[in-house]
Amino acid sequence: MVHPTESDTIPTHPVQPAPRLSMRTRSAIWVWSFLAIPVLFYCVIRFYPTFNAFWLSLTDWDLMSDAEFIGFENYRRMFADPGFWQTFRNTFAYLIYGTPISLLIAFVVAYYLDRVRFAHNFLRALYFMPYITTAAAMAWVWRWFYQPPPTGLINSALGELGFGQIEFLGSTTNALPAIMVTAIWAGLGFQIIIFMAGLRAIPDTYYEAARIDGLGEWTILRKITLPLLKPTTVFLVVFISIAFLRIFDQVYNMTTNDPGGPLGSTKPLVLMIYQTAFSSYDMGYAAAQTVVLFTILLVVSLLQLWILRDRA
Amino acid sequence: MQKRILMAGISAAACITAATSASAVEIEYWQYIYDTRVEAMDQLIENFEEANPDITVKQVTFPYADYQTRIVAANMARKGPDVMQLFYGWADKFIEGNLIQPLPEDTFPAAQIEEEFFPIVSAMKRDGEYYGLPTAVRSLALFWNKDLFEEAGIDGPPETLDELVEYGKELAVKNDAGNFETVGLTLDMAGQDHQWWREVLVRQMGGVPYNDDYSQVTYDDDAAGAEALEFYTNLQTEHGIGAAGFMDEGQAAFRAGRAAMTIDGTFRLGSFNSIEDFEWGVAELPANEEGVQSNYASYFANAIGSSAEGEELEASIKFLEYISSDEAMQIWLEVVGELPARRDAAMTDANMNDPIYGPFLAALPYAHTTLFVDEAAQRQTAIDMANRVFLQGQSPADSVAEAAEQEQAIIDDARD
Repeated sequence: MVHPTESDTIPTHPVQPAPRLSMRTRSAIWVWSFLAIPVLFYCVIRFYPTFNAFWLSLTDWDLMSDAEFIGFENYRRMFADPGFWQTFRNTFAYLIYGTPISLLIAFVVAYYLDRVRFAHNFLRALYFMPYITTAAAMAWVWRWFYQPPPTGLINSALGELGFGQIEFLGSTTNALPAIMVTAIWAGLGFQIIIFMAGLRAIPDTYYEAARIDGLGEWTILRKITLPLLKPTTVFLVVFISIAFLRIFDQVYNMTTNDPGGPLGSTKPLVLMIYQTAFSSYDMGYAAAQTVVLFTILLVVSLLQLWILRDRA
Repeated sequence: MQKRILMAGISAAACITAATSASAVEIEYWQYIYDTRVEAMDQLIENFEEANPDITVKQVTFPYADYQTRIVAANMARKGPDVMQLFYGWADKFIEGNLIQPLPEDTFPAAQIEEEFFPIVSAMKRDGEYYGLPTAVRSLALFWNKDLFEEAGIDGPPETLDELVEYGKELAVKNDAGNFETVGLTLDMAGQDHQWWREVLVRQMGGVPYNDDYSQVTYDDDAAGAEALEFYTNLQTEHGIGAAGFMDEGQAAFRAGRAAMTIDGTFRLGSFNSIEDFEWGVAELPANEEGVQSNYASYFANAIGSSAEGEELEASIKFLEYISSDEAMQIWLEVVGELPARRDAAMTDANMNDPIYGPFLAALPYAHTTLFVDEAAQRQTAIDMANRVFLQGQSPADSVAEAAEQEQAIIDDARD
């Protein structure tokens, strides 16, 4: 492969020239020297800590003293903790309600927005705006919307109209949906753009042929648009699911004075991990929770890819 | 030739380094970012450096949310501060993690500390040794909106719990839809109410919240815990004096002039001082029928980092001595508005007669300091305890029992 001996054939040369490498070797060296930085970065910053978390989850490390191996004690403690199961249910509530609702709204908006010619770009920008806004800033605005009267916008409006007030963030049943609505709204812009790109990518000829054959709109949607949109849908389902499983910003910022909502009713796993690690400094226990989250993310992603796989 | 010049250069450089390190020592002081605290410390450092020209103190600050993590991380890298500020509640963790070292007995004799400081400094004492001393302390008081009191025709702040309820009912205003316009007293467990319940109300109902070393929860040993919680939740459910979550935070409601009374700490003075729309006053927390008073006091102590040794340790001791002096405390009171930790510096006539500082200072001799192992987690048990009554209709007795069990588990976990 490499022929370094070329220069050795001219021993009388006063200064040794650099060994000549073949074009392929040189390009391989170039490629790898550029790739080395991200590879190194991923190994040191991503993979090493990930694997280290598995080890930490078996220890009682608290940042201050040396980590001591305690076997599966952290896991036993976690599964015996009703607070953990509460966050577990909450996390899945965000996932199971949030993902389909997001997907449906994003598709409907994209489907109709695709046909609108009037102020198309303006409308698209309007939908996209929440996505580029800082989650924390949005969460605080919504937090004030949701307040009881006299500060809360929604409740004040209800009061003006003569309705009773609704407890949003202060209620154990309404707090989670109230936060989920804002998370769905915030993610919508991105999903709409992706769906629209997917819709545009479907060749017009299919639609023309279908119309010539006299198919109705509903049939076209079901038989042509949705099947051809599948790669986009698969991508979005995985993307949205992961986002909901990792929900944190909205919850953290909307319930700072009672983190995780009244009686933990809105607390997702990530917030629990954050509190265990950076408020209680119980790193070993936090690592065990992280391993559980990692497993859930892995299983959910693989399951979705398998269910939505291309059978063709 | 070249080599000789190089050697000369190296030895010259070595001499300079040696000379500077002999004549001046630099120590690092760490605290979290809070404008007035940083400003006060700048002043103290300036005074200290003037008196000790051979010592330089470098102040390093971090946002509060990162502060603990930074200290721990720096300590792991053996780059911890020489002198640092820490919340008294972190003491156990910091001692166990070998982040701080005990104060030398010859400069800071325990007996002298106990004589000169308020009793709450004992929260920094472990096995007879002190691990830190505060410059300033904080306590709780009742803030009252003088304008709203005048409108309601009430002369002054309540002195007893019965008066608190009676006045609160008169001061609360609801609109036609049944929503609060103004609350009589703010209910905010996430604020200072959990301290009020723990160290004040439980004791006023005849109980004791914890055993002496705070290793055992005792507020559920008798009916006192449940009675205290019932008194608290009744303020909302029975008497309609206030509502948890009104205006998001109690202090926000008071600031906006929509709360006639709120219980808060010295640290709130800075924020309330900018209120221009109404007059407000400060009063001692109401006593119970038998006149029993209590309060919760807390503080940030200054401690010496475990990595300080040799001349840096000596300089650190000198610096700590200065920032725990009467002079430093007076500067801190003027700039930050926190109370002096020494009796002599605090209980001056001028301070005691001050309408704002007076009530806070009066509480210090009878105040208690909860030894938290994980303040955020323990606060959460109190928040949940109240919420179970407010939102799920659980009986106060059951809720207190559940809270006691949860809090005991947190304490046991941290102590084993």
